[in-house]
Amino acid sequence: MSIELDSPRSVATASGRLSQRALTTRQAIADRLFRISLVAATLVFVAIIGGLFVELVQGSWDSIVAFGPAFLWSSEWNPVTNHFGALPFIFGTVVSSAIAIAVAGVVGISAAVFLAEFAPRAVARPISFLIELLAAVPSVVFGLWGLFVLAPILGHVADPFLQRYFGFLPIFSGTIYGIGLLTAGLLLALMIVPTVAAIARDLILAVPNELREASISLGATRWETATRVVLPSARAGILGACVLALGRALGETIAVTMVIGNRPAISASLFAPAYTLSSVIANEFTEATSSLYLSALLELGLILFIISVAVNGIARLMMWSMLRAQGRRP
Amino acid sequence: MQTTIVTAKTVSTSTDIALSARSVSAWYGAKQAIRGVSLDFIKNSITAIMGPSGCGKTTFLRCLNRIHESALTARTSGEVLLDGVNIYDPEVNPVVTRRRIGMVFQRPNPFPTMSILENVIAGPRYTGMTKDPRELREIAEDALRRAAVYDEVADKLNSPALALSGGQQQRLCIARALALQPDVLLMDEPTSALDPLSTLKIEELMERLAADVTVIIVTHNLQQAARISHYTGFMLGDENRVGSVVEFGPTERIFTHPKDSRTEDYITGRFG
Repeated sequence: MSIELDSPRSVATASGRLSQRALTTRQAIADRLFRISLVAATLVFVAIIGGLFVELVQGSWDSIVAFGPAFLWSSEWNPVTNHFGALPFIFGTVVSSAIAIAVAGVVGISAAVFLAEFAPRAVARPISFLIELLAAVPSVVFGLWGLFVLAPILGHVADPFLQRYFGFLPIFSGTIYGIGLLTAGLLLALMIVPTVAAIARDLILAVPNELREASISLGATRWETATRVVLPSARAGILGACVLALGRALGETIAVTMVIGNRPAISASLFAPAYTLSSVIANEFTEATSSLYLSALLELGLILFIISVAVNGIARLMMWSMLRAQGRRP
Repeated sequence: MQTTIVTAKTVSTSTDIALSARSVSAWYGAKQAIRGVSLDFIKNSITAIMGPSGCGKTTFLRCLNRIHESALTARTSGEVLLDGVNIYDPEVNPVVTRRRIGMVFQRPNPFPTMSILENVIAGPRYTGMTKDPRELREIAEDALRRAAVYDEVADKLNSPALALSGGQQQRLCIARALALQPDVLLMDEPTSALDPLSTLKIEELMERLAADVTVIIVTHNLQQAARISHYTGFMLGDENRVGSVVEFGPTERIFTHPKDSRTEDYITGRFG
């Protein structure tokens, strides 16, 4: 790249003295270098996303050619006959993550409202610290806890209870194993709830106090103020926090693998074992003997990638329209 | 501008008094902000409370609708009588009290997620005044007219409130307070964030409002106090920055014949 520099003489002219380019040679070079390095650092992200996508498409090309779009709705996963379909994994990923975000959203936002609006500081501080600590626990530790604590509790207590009183619903029917879709979803919820709670709490605290006072001065109770003024004001950001958490749930591998049962089947029952996109990749990658098998696993990765990007894109659109409805510039 | 200075009335007949503060003191944690403030506010008049920054005038105003206590560690003592009832009585619910004593804040604070219409009917909705959409709309239109902003927003009642200019937002906030038909309207430096033209509009509006609402306005703007108020109270902080009332009386007298030398110093610009 050629760098144009002003000769020091141009400083002498009247317009040159005031023009932005009336800098010393050293300043001008430093300025350029600084700008170039910032642009380069930013472009790294574009390159990573683009590279990932290209690599995934390339790696899964054999599978894309062999199965076509039917890969998406085929339920067969047979390495022996080399027939592969993604539906059970898409199902497992989507359902477990949906359970996770539904539970974590409700619990996380409720906790955030309590901590930010109602809890005395002596309570809010230590609990907020614990929540942030929970977010730092490694996945595999959650997985172990899920397998040895959560799964038995669900299998012996909670699941039979649900089946006894709500067994007429297909989602609570069938054999109880302890491990399965519901266990994985709840474990995921536990893993992502700190993200939701911590970010939502910060966002609620960031809502200007003037709005609370406006609401209180109109004869609103604290509860009405929290639900009708404070939460709506923070909702675009809270939606963003939920998407961030959902992204972690969609991609979470090791903890889910330990409690979901790893069976590529689609069942109406949440008690049944299932399988997720990330779990099957992790479990079977080393055993993928044929190139088509490997390619099919990579295509699962591609699907996961696209789901994550789509979720983020939709959330971005929703946030944008919310902010626009408030008359703010996004 | 027409000045409507009410001649000094005797402040003793209780029927004339809308709101009465009796030795009100307030604290933030261990720090006392005001001490023993006693003032009577005459029904349907405008009372200005002026004083230099940090003299506790805003804190005092915030004690009058018990919003002071919504801050952490904030505390109050004394009595505030609304129609003879002490609003600090343990039996009185502060939430209900605030419906009769409206408040307008220093910076316009419309609810950002609500439309213009929704902002105005937020109060009536909270209080369950009515659920009928047509009635709510009538309340809103009436309040917007009283706040002299209706003509500017009539064709965009469903637009977001933040799309309005600062002056319009502040009048919207006044309308929002008026929608509850309060007896008293507290205004905390309502024009300090606004341009001169918007300020003028709000001052004219306040004079009209005083026909049926008791207005109490905190201001650090001497001219504003002189222009619009019937009564003026002057507050000053002591060496520990604890504020109290130095002088109170009809605005004309305070500005022409102040009894206290500190008042005179303040209005002649010697400090503050």
